[in-house]
Order: sequence, then structure tokens, then C-alpha cells
Amino acid sequence: MMRHIISILIENESGALSRVAGLFSARGYNIESLTVAPTEDPSLSRMTLVTRGSEDIIAQITKQLNKLIDVVKLIDLADSPHIERELMMVKIKTTEQTRNDIRSVVDIFRGRILDVTPSSYVVEMTGSSEKLDAFTAAINHDTIIEVVRSGATGISRGEKGLHL
Amino acid sequence: MELSGAQILLQSLADEGVEYIFGYPGGAVLHIYDAIFQQEAVKHILVRHEQGATHAADGYARATGKPGVVLVTSGPGATNAVTGIATAYMDSIPMVVISGQVSSPVIGSDAFQEVDMVGITRPCVKHNFLVKDVTKLAETIKKAFYVATTGRPGPVVVDIPKDITAPNITVPYKYPKKIALRSYNPVVNVPKEQIKAAVELLLNANKPMIYSGGGVVLGEASAELTEFTQQLGYPITNTLMGLGSYPATDKQFVGMLGMHGTYEANMAMHESDVIIAIGARFDDRVTGKLDEFCPYAKIIHIDIDPASISKTIKKIAIPIVGDVKPVLKQLLECLKDSKKKPNKKALDAWWQQINEWRSVNSLEYDRNSDLIKPQYVIEQLYQVTKGDAYITSDVGQHQMWAAQYYHFDKPRRWINSGGLGTMGFGLPAAIGVKLAFPDADVACVTGEASIQMCIQELSTALQFKTPVKIINLNNRYMGMVRQWQEFSYECRYSHSYMDTIPDFVKLAEAYGHVGIRIDKPEQVRPALEQAFAMKDRTVFLDIMTDRTENVYPMIEAGKGHHDMKLRVALGTSTDRELA
Repeated sequence: MMRHIISILIENESGALSRVAGLFSARGYNIESLTVAPTEDPSLSRMTLVTRGSEDIIAQITKQLNKLIDVVKLIDLADSPHIERELMMVKIKTTEQTRNDIRSVVDIFRGRILDVTPSSYVVEMTGSSEKLDAFTAAINHDTIIEVVRSGATGISRGEKGLHL
Repeated sequence: MELSGAQILLQSLADEGVEYIFGYPGGAVLHIYDAIFQQEAVKHILVRHEQGATHAADGYARATGKPGVVLVTSGPGATNAVTGIATAYMDSIPMVVISGQVSSPVIGSDAFQEVDMVGITRPCVKHNFLVKDVTKLAETIKKAFYVATTGRPGPVVVDIPKDITAPNITVPYKYPKKIALRSYNPVVNVPKEQIKAAVELLLNANKPMIYSGGGVVLGEASAELTEFTQQLGYPITNTLMGLGSYPATDKQFVGMLGMHGTYEANMAMHESDVIIAIGARFDDRVTGKLDEFCPYAKIIHIDIDPASISKTIKKIAIPIVGDVKPVLKQLLECLKDSKKKPNKKALDAWWQQINEWRSVNSLEYDRNSDLIKPQYVIEQLYQVTKGDAYITSDVGQHQMWAAQYYHFDKPRRWINSGGLGTMGFGLPAAIGVKLAFPDADVACVTGEASIQMCIQELSTALQFKTPVKIINLNNRYMGMVRQWQEFSYECRYSHSYMDTIPDFVKLAEAYGHVGIRIDKPEQVRPALEQAFAMKDRTVFLDIMTDRTENVYPMIEAGKGHHDMKLRVALGTSTDRELA
């Protein structure tokens, strides 16, 4: 069950997102994360979808996605070298004793502290999804108040790109 | 020219060449109905239930190849149409469904007769649109027809809020001649190498099989398929949806394959070493148990939809994504250029084997019964109509018997709900066919359970003078359900019968038609002749058939092609005690 990052260029129409999400639930595919936002061309949205499945299933997923009339183009980023990033914000309980320790962990992971109160930090971090997992694992679980993750986005390396 | 939204819709349909629109009025489409009243180009067929509208449009589309057009109101009108839309979707039938929607300002407020039609139909349409701007209406209609009829066809819904069609708002009208969508390009070119490889594989086969489906009908490729098959001299089987795309009376045709296919078709598939699948999608009713499907075969698969390739059967040796007609032309050309010829010795041996399977005579039934055998009825129907009628069907045993015993020699003559299996399809579909071909014989083969699902369309048939013949194989059971209960549930016939079946003769008469009840085998032929002689009347033949008859052969769920249940001994079925 390989992890795949499917990057989709889709018409920026109302309902386009539900077509993609609906396809996954109707055909029993799983979605690990899904992000969507308009691109530099306001008529297009870029969607990044993380899913897991056998080669057969991933092949079906990409074919079925391509069949959607609103889908302009897509690529499976996992097929070639690519960069993956996810944004996470974590709210962590702090005390005078733990504050420095947490800060040093945040530094190790190259995170930033966005908000400080006498009893909490809000930490911002970007990186691959594994890196973000590693950070939350490194923090005492009981001190985490909340975690917000954007879901992964990605882009291929090199000159080639996904565009019209 | 400035037109209102309603006028733009009608003018767009007229410019698209739409002949008939099947519909039912209601609040959200009143502006549109007012525009219908004031024009003559598009004829409106008033059905009695929106499901009937979609099936009638579907029947029209299947018989003509042109898209069927439906108009329904918002809310219940729209939801009633959904079964028919899903039916068309599963069989890739081009259809454009216009649904009314509540006015734009009240969308989302749970307004009277509001339903999210775009959301509800999303999984069972090729595409759908919500029109938000009257200036985009004509273009949206053009897009809808373009998407519905190109590539792998399918239904498209256009949801139009009431304010968009209001008579007091007019805008300039121009219907686009052509349209392109940057996200949709249905034309694909097939690389020569793949064609070559396919021909090479086919010519090296010892036990070849041609397996073709509904794609050949949809792609208008029957002539090419026939030439291709006859040039090779290979055996051919059709799916339920493909019947008629190759002449059933030709000696190379080994019958339908799959769950109720012939013994020879299924055995030949099982033993084959090279299979070419043409416009067929390896549906579960065709394949049986996937692990045991065609264990010795290398498979060539031609399909216009890339997603059909390797969807259920993964091991495809040569995938060819393309429109069957040009692909078959390419194959034929390549075949002509090839120096190699089919291996005659191997082919002779293969045909000898197939003829042995044929001699099992898997479609034989008890011809000496005192009861009316449903198979006999279909055989007589075939003879009386000289094999040239349009046959629509509902879903169940009667559907399989019609497929097995009516030998379709031409495409678009066999009109049934194969993918979704929609009971209630047959009668409205027959009305749609009859409108398209008023001079042709049109018969709806049905059963007493299916016919009651859209029986109200008898009224439509009277109003619009579509004299179809209803062949009701009345066995007082939901026959296919009963058959499965007999085989798999130790004859516990749970709710598969009704003991309050209406008097169909009186019912037909109440609707203004002719009803004839037939109880004895010797009455069948004269009654059919009588019915088809009444050219201008809808005739309901209520035929009391053997209650216990089953459809054979049968591949039971979870079994392979070589593991067929054949009729054990002729004549025994009537001796069984039924509850």
C-alpha cells in the first residue's frame, strides 16, 4: 500500500471539490489528506490529494479522476522526484520548567513560535508529513492542546510542471 | 435576437436538432412550459411519472443513437428522474436532462420543492451543470450535448433555477456551432504499434475468441465488427448489451456469454488462448469469478474509456484506448497488409471443439409441455416479427429469455437495462422507440412484476399514439428472485410472489388499449399475429407461463465460466412443488 501524492489541476467551479471527494467515497478509495486552493490563474484550482493503495488501485484512481470533466490535468508526484510540504500549527501547554525544553525541540525541527502566553506556545512548522509526525511524537503528548495540519501539498523537481 | 431564458432553452434544443422532449411540468419549469406552448420545433411528450420520461428518452436514444432529452421540475420531479438517469449512466446512453430548480435567491433555504439535484445526481451522470447566469444558458446546453454524446456517452443534467427562465429578462441569443472544453478531450489516437501487436497476437492464436459488447452498438461499428470477424473466421460472443452488433443468425456467433450465456460461449471463453474484447467492460455478470476468468488467454482490450481497462480483469496483454469504429478499421487494414493468415489447422480443431459444446444444446427446453413455456413465446415472437422488431425489456427472467431466444441480427434492436437492471424500463422505453420509428414493430417483453413499476405509461402510449405490443410473461412470481431463492435459499420464496396480481386485460382496457389473456400454448402464435396485425393499437398480451421455469444455463455467483449449471433433465421443472 504505497503512499501517493496526486496533484490535480481542476476547473475552479463550484462543486469541483465535491466531484473529487464524491468519487473517492463512491468507489471506496481512501483519502489521507486533500488540499485545494486557486492558482495564479483564477479559473483553475490546484488540488493535492494524498492516498494509499496498490498499483492497480492508484491506476484506477488516476483514470477515474481524469474522467471527471472538470479535471484538466493531473500527475502522481510519487512517480518522480518531488518536494512535499505541509504546514502545521500546534498549541502546546507550557510551564516555566518546560518552556526551554520545548523551545529547543522547536529549534531542532526548525519551527517558529507564533504566539506565547504564560501557559502556552503556538508553534508553526512546515515540512514533509513525516517530519511533522516526528515533531508531535517528540513533544510530550499530554501537553498538546491542539494540532492543525494543512494536509500535504507538493511540486515536482526540475523544469517540468503541471500547467495548462 | 433577444430571448428569455425559457425561449433560449427551447431555441437551443431546436438548434441542436432535438425532435422530442420527454417531460412533466411543475412549478419550477412553468416558464419553460409556457415557451414550449409557443413553439412547434420541439415536440413534448407528456409522461405520467418522471421515471417514465427518462426511460422513454433512453429508449429513443438507444434506438436512434441520438441523445434523449428530458425535462422535469425541481424536487420530486428531479428525484423521480434519478433512477432513469442512473440507468442511462450504467449503459453509457447519451441523454440530456433539464431539471427545474427553485429560484437562485432561495437556493439553500429548503424552499418548496427544493432538492440539490446537482449533488444528488453527481455519482450517476457523466457531468452536470447548475446554470447561474442566463447569458451562459445557450453555451451550457451546447456543452451538455457535447459531453453527453462524445467519448463514452452518458447522461448530463442541466439544473436551471426558475429565475433564469423568467420571461421578463431577455438577453441576446446565439447558439454556439462548436464548443471545446480544455478539460475534456474525448478524441484519442491509437498508436500503430499497438494495432500491429494486436493483429500479430490474434493471428498467432490457436483458440481465439472475439468478445464484443455495447460499445460496438454505441460506436456504430457493427459493419466493421462483422467484417473483422468474418475475415478472421473466429468465433464471436456478445455481451447482453452487445446483442445485435453481430448477426446472431450467423454461424460464427456462439451466443451470449456470462451468467446466462450459452454453454459454448462460456466454455470457449474459458479455453481460449487469445481474446479480443471490443467495446466490452468485463462486467461481473460476464466474468463470473475473477480468479477463474479465462485462465489461458492473452487479452486484447479495446475501450474508449481508459478507466475500463484493467478495472476488473487486470491482466490485459494489449490495451487499446480508442473509439471502436476507427480502431476496427485500423485493425482491418493491418490485417489486410499482414502476410500471415490465421492458423487454419488450429482453427478447424477449435471450431470442432466449439461445435461439440454447441451440441449440448444448452438452450433446449421442454417443447412438449402442456404449459406455456416462456422460451416458446419468445421464439414465436421472433418468428411473427420476422426477427426485425425493436424489443425492449424489463429486468428478470423474461429479459434473459428475450436475450437468449430472440436472435438479433441488427444493432439497436435490443433495448434493455443491462448495467443498472432497472425494472420498469421496458414500457416507457418502448414508447420512446415507437416515437422514433413509428412504422416499426416495437414489443416490450416484460413480466407481471416489472410491468407494474411503470404501468402508468400506458396512458402516455394512448395520448401520443405509440402502439407498442406488451408481451407479459406472467408467471405470478418475481421469477428471477424466485429462481435464486430456489437455488440458494432452499426454496424459501420470501416475498417473491404476489397473490393480488391485477387483471391486466381489464387494466389495458381501462387505459384504452387492447388486452388479451393467453392460457394455452396453442393460443400464443395466433394471439401474437393478431396483436401485430393491429397496427394502430397498443396490445397487452397477458401470457400465463409455466410458473416454475428457470433460466438456464446459469453460472451461479462465485463460479467460473466452465462451471455452469445446465438444465438437468428436460421436462422436470414443472413437476417441482412450489409454495
